[in-house]
Amino acid sequence: MIYSVYIINKAGGLIYDEDFSLNKYTEEHTWQEHPIPLVFTADTGRVLVKFGEIGAIKPGYSVIAVNKQPVSGTMGPVDIPIIDMINDPKSYPLTLTFGKGKVGANEKLMLASMFHSLFAIASKISPVDESSGIKQIQTEEFVLNCFQTITGVKFFVIVDHKQTATEPLLYRIYELYTDFVLKNPFYLIDMPIRCELFDQNLKKVIEQIERASAYSSATLT
Amino acid sequence: MIYNLYIFNPMGQCLYYGEWERSKAAAMSRDEEFKLVYGMLYSLKSFVSRITPAISDNFQCYETNKYKLSMYETPSGVKFVINTGLDWSSQAISEMLQSLYKEVRVY
Repeated sequence: MIYSVYIINKAGGLIYDEDFSLNKYTEEHTWQEHPIPLVFTADTGRVLVKFGEIGAIKPGYSVIAVNKQPVSGTMGPVDIPIIDMINDPKSYPLTLTFGKGKVGANEKLMLASMFHSLFAIASKISPVDESSGIKQIQTEEFVLNCFQTITGVKFFVIVDHKQTATEPLLYRIYELYTDFVLKNPFYLIDMPIRCELFDQNLKKVIEQIERASAYSSATLT
Repeated sequence: MIYNLYIFNPMGQCLYYGEWERSKAAAMSRDEEFKLVYGMLYSLKSFVSRITPAISDNFQCYETNKYKLSMYETPSGVKFVINTGLDWSSQAISEMLQSLYKEVRVY
């Protein structure tokens, strides 16, 4: 499963980002009456669970839907703050859906620049001569693969552990970048990418790869 | 191939540095290098926990074309950081670092 694709220009600025298959990690729960045995906090524009645990819902989850209607930020579907809805016995029964919450655009810009620096530092602290920057980061939940072109543009993808063949995927995205972004006469180099053909073709490639890996995992079982 | 090993306390001070096969000398003093490595790990942990599609996540290792850096962090915040060649598997490294923590006394 491919979660996201990011493209960074040679100065470290984010010029493209796209999320796929987001919100794989969601939990829904309906409460019949007040109070809910969880402590909420409205922080950084989202309503987060601060304390308490019910099933898979733990601190760190944020409210992404109220009564099955998606919300963003701290306001509910009818313009009442979610925290007020939770504290008001009249809103019950209340259904809340929890998930990670989208990473904001500003945060993505910052994370991309952070990665750009970390990429360079990895090459600097290397115990071996002529090391490249970070090619792969592994964590418990995902794998990040990065490809840097000779011109300094970095392509990185965030995938899950089951995803194979990420190098070909990165080269394919690079190919799409050269075909639909660089050859676009209205595109200014190192600027954010706003090319419809690039978006469409990228989606097609991602879907192709997801289908191929779904097929191969189905034939294996 | 194991290149070097750092052990950091929760405050960021380097408790131990071991070197075996390092072929490239650092371009800075030992102390500066420890600070750079710790700072980089701190930023990497923060980066990972914010970009992850899951709810919470922990950094384990990264690879470049020539070496692999793996980290094992204990619940108390002691960090074991090791640079190895690419031939080492994550599982073998994580077992090695955990047994280091179990058997070696850290003051």
